Amino acid sequence: MTHTVRIASGQGFWGDWLEAPMRQAQGGPIDYLMMDYLAEVTMSIMQKQKSRDPSRGYARDFVPLMERLLPEVAARGFKVTTNAGGVNPRGCAEAVLDVARGLSLERPVKLGLVTGDDMLDRIDELLAAGHPLTNLDTGRPLSDVRDHIVSANAYLGMRPIVEALAGGADVVITGRVTDTGLTLAPMFHEFGWALDDWDKVAAGTVAGHILECGAQASGGNLLYQWQDVPGLADPGFPIVEAHADGSFEVTKHPGTGGVVSCQSVTEQLVYEMGDPNEYITPDGVADFTTIQLEAAGQDRVRVHGIAGGPRTDMLKVSIAYGYGFKAVGSLVYSWPDAYAKAQAADRILRQRLQDLGLEYEQILTEFVGVDATHGHLAGPPDPEIAEVELRVGVRARDRAPVERFTREIAPLVLTGPPSVTGFAGGRPAVQEIVAYWPALIDRTEIEPHVKVEWLES
Amino acid sequence: MTTVQLRYLAHARSGDKGDSANVGLIALAPEYYDILVREVTVERVAEHFGDMVSGVERFELPNLRALNFLLHGALDGGGTVSLKTDAQGKVYSTALLRMEVPVDDRVAAAVGNA
Repeated sequence: MTHTVRIASGQGFWGDWLEAPMRQAQGGPIDYLMMDYLAEVTMSIMQKQKSRDPSRGYARDFVPLMERLLPEVAARGFKVTTNAGGVNPRGCAEAVLDVARGLSLERPVKLGLVTGDDMLDRIDELLAAGHPLTNLDTGRPLSDVRDHIVSANAYLGMRPIVEALAGGADVVITGRVTDTGLTLAPMFHEFGWALDDWDKVAAGTVAGHILECGAQASGGNLLYQWQDVPGLADPGFPIVEAHADGSFEVTKHPGTGGVVSCQSVTEQLVYEMGDPNEYITPDGVADFTTIQLEAAGQDRVRVHGIAGGPRTDMLKVSIAYGYGFKAVGSLVYSWPDAYAKAQAADRILRQRLQDLGLEYEQILTEFVGVDATHGHLAGPPDPEIAEVELRVGVRARDRAPVERFTREIAPLVLTGPPSVTGFAGGRPAVQEIVAYWPALIDRTEIEPHVKVEWLES
Repeated sequence: MTTVQLRYLAHARSGDKGDSANVGLIALAPEYYDILVREVTVERVAEHFGDMVSGVERFELPNLRALNFLLHGALDGGGTVSLKTDAQGKVYSTALLRMEVPVDDRVAAAVGNA
């Protein structure tokens, strides 16, 4: 059995490099293109867009991207798995179908549509049924923020995507499916693995974790010997070549930039890691302490030995709620005494806010160039430092004090310490804070609502 | 014995988990992993960061010659609430690499710090 399934990473987040998916499609043979669009806060942004316009609520730039990709899908026969559907996967699928019908494709394409993750309309029903949806970090009950909830979605796993692929879908569009599910599903569909083969689930989960952040596994954001990473103007996004025994290789298309090495893969493996013994997904639990990596040639790493355990009875839920408002303003002070000037400006600003009787949950001052990223660990700055950026942020439950803060930055230019610049951007914007409420829900409350449909162009 | 910065013994990547930052610390050479396990303890890391964090957890991945740290309370609320430049903890990894650890003269010479 020499069957190999090539799964290519096309997008690591909503806003990733737009050229990557086409280069994956055209740069060499692939069987699947997975594209991850959803981060914790993305769903709330999409929900806000949908509340203003019911036809929106998905990654809109996915549609013009598919206009470029669909001829490749029709001609080359690879399939696409993506969670670009956000809070409106049906709207996303219909927009893609419209585009497909406008193209002279070699053959019709079949879309798989996965819904059922959205539980916004069911919150009160679930609370009444005794599901407290307690905040996993703070232990607080959801009733604390019930009136401010913007979106609520359960994290689905690979299974509905496997079903969509089994029904012949060329492109599978979902809402809040886990990043890893987009990679797991092609492997389970192609190899016919039992859904409760937990070591295979763990292997696919590790493959998915390696692919889900795009080029971050193939030389992007790589600290190890970063000056020696070649060709990042045209980075090859990672590709997993999976085998029926659960082992796989990580590689990238020939002739592309970046690097695939044990170091590049390891940096991605530890990214956003919690307890490595228990990497929990809706599909199973992977043990990252079992992963074996071996260099296997130029830009090629072999991954094997992965073990895991059964899936849990609970699904993670991502709830977003309106928290309050924030704004961040900045000014740049130059040598001589750049740091002292920035510190003086900060004292003056805080005095003015206090004299105005404004109250904030927090005022945070950072001196960029001195302490913004490493705090006290950076030590005292060079007394001759060329410039320091004063960066002040405020947060409040009400909009008014934040709004007033944004008008207190500019006056410092003519009423504060000298040698100040960097104000061309104008007044800072007031940002509404939509915060994230992690919780768990019984799987049995969600899974009966999950639905797979097929739509043809 | 002499001391060297962790940057000469390890590379690292970090990200966020709510209000916690994670730092994966990866040995630059297989023989450095034991030094990391011995010297980069929960206590030393908590002392290194001081009031930047409220608690530290450590996990060992000998298979990857890596340690994973969870730095709790590191992100000033985290996610969208935080006002920090590094609200998602992306460069906490490099802050850990500043830490000084004792090594024997052979290792110090190998990393050019003898």
